[in-house]
Amino acid sequence: MGELMIGLYVFVLATLAGREVITKVPPTLHTPLMSGANAISGISIVGALVVAGRAEGTLQVVLGVAAIAMATINVVGGFMVTDRMLAMFKKR
Amino acid sequence: MNLEIMVELTYLLSAILFVVGLKRLQSPATARRGNAIAAVAMALAILATVVDNQILSWGEILVGVAIGSIIGGLSARLVKMTAMPEMVGLFNGFGGGASALVAIAEYVGAEAEVGTSTYGVSIMLGTFIGGVTFSGSMIAFLKLREWMTGNPITYPAQKTLNAIMFLAVLVLGALALGIRAGTDPLAMFWIMLALSLVLGITLTIPIGGADMPVVISLLNSYSGLAASAAGFVIMNMVLIISGALVGASGLILTMIMCKGMNRSLTNVMFGAFGGTAAIDKSQIGKRPVRRADADTVAAELGYVNSVIIVPGYGLAVAQAQHELRKVGDLLEQRGVDVRYAVHPVAGRMPGHMNVLLAEADVPYDKLFDLEEINDDFGGTDAVLIVGANDVCNPAARDPKSVIAGMPILDVDKAHRTIVMKRSLSPGFAGIDNDLFYNDNNLMFFGDAKQSMADLVKAIRELA
Repeated sequence: MGELMIGLYVFVLATLAGREVITKVPPTLHTPLMSGANAISGISIVGALVVAGRAEGTLQVVLGVAAIAMATINVVGGFMVTDRMLAMFKKR
Repeated sequence: MNLEIMVELTYLLSAILFVVGLKRLQSPATARRGNAIAAVAMALAILATVVDNQILSWGEILVGVAIGSIIGGLSARLVKMTAMPEMVGLFNGFGGGASALVAIAEYVGAEAEVGTSTYGVSIMLGTFIGGVTFSGSMIAFLKLREWMTGNPITYPAQKTLNAIMFLAVLVLGALALGIRAGTDPLAMFWIMLALSLVLGITLTIPIGGADMPVVISLLNSYSGLAASAAGFVIMNMVLIISGALVGASGLILTMIMCKGMNRSLTNVMFGAFGGTAAIDKSQIGKRPVRRADADTVAAELGYVNSVIIVPGYGLAVAQAQHELRKVGDLLEQRGVDVRYAVHPVAGRMPGHMNVLLAEADVPYDKLFDLEEINDDFGGTDAVLIVGANDVCNPAARDPKSVIAGMPILDVDKAHRTIVMKRSLSPGFAGIDNDLFYNDNNLMFFGDAKQSMADLVKAIRELA
């Protein structure tokens, strides 16, 4: 089985797992869910690190650093703001 | 154990923790821990990547991380809770942009040699989805921030032009992979990138401000797909998995929001709702209503057994959620059973109103969503509606109405309704609300914050 097929299997199964887990999130938490998912989509920082780490030539370096900066905003900002929101949810 | 296996196992652990973290978001009691677990998963993935790769240019990387951390950290700290939709919109754009940049940098590095491999196709997908997500999110941000008109922007042949651009992207993508000798793949690639950015804009501008919650949910989903595509580019499973999780999450939220407004996704995307419907607005607000002042409302709420409060976006605009909570607390001290009913599209993004009420220290076990509370209105003494309109408009039950079939809160089934609003002006749907003219309804006009403060005072003065 080629790499592509393995990747596709992983993608489809992860989507199904995501659907199972996320349909059970109550409406009360939909905004934190969205900002938390947003932080997780900052996972492209992994791709950005790979690309920037082996960059040759100015253009690639610039692209790599920009990718890292954007992904970091996502990761740091996303997790922090989600935590800030969730800290406000209190039972009486 | 050799290093490679260690790295792979760390990635695996990271993927597991992302799922575990999301799973904990199923309850407000465990959600904060869940978010922390997801953050640990992210840290592990980053660690594995740094160990696994020959990082040559540490200096540049640290510059990128420093810039991102400062901007991300400051915005997370400073953003107002009412402004969450535009911040999530902006962050979505950065996520999509980062994925696009990864794909672009890969292409630039390999130049025309990518070929029509999985690798090459993934680069095109990542560039396209990431590009659309980036520019689309920027427009969504500008609209939500109101730096740009919230009205749908339409022009002739809009859909046809978008379709043509999409086909052009497909052709240019294939040419950028070098399927035809004689064309310059790199030039084709840059044109494809530019068109993807334009398409993100032209797909978002025809969507009205009221539909933006759907759009940011959808862009959230795209930012996940873009990350997955970037995962296929560098063949990294944790990227593929987390991207898929976000893609699924965004899509589910999109569907929930569409259902809350009783609109199909195609209708939201291409319907250009609002402003186009021919509705006779001349009669709106012309019928007689029963007015009430703070003292009357205080008496209506203070001497009954059960009250349900329906907060709408007008409450958040007026920043009156803290005063509202005081009203709720005072009523409870008088022995009134107080609950809050939150419509799925009450705020400007899914679950927004719940966050705003949580910020005002309303306990989350007092908040109920539409399905949970709708059957209880019939047995409720009084309902206080603050800054909400369309979400409790009985016209939704009329098959001929423009909002026919939209799920509404059945507030008119309560013994008494009190609507706190600035005027009789219509909501986003642009239609009149019969609820306002019912015999058992009282209109309490004024700015929500001032009215709430008056109400607090009036309830305190009750015997």
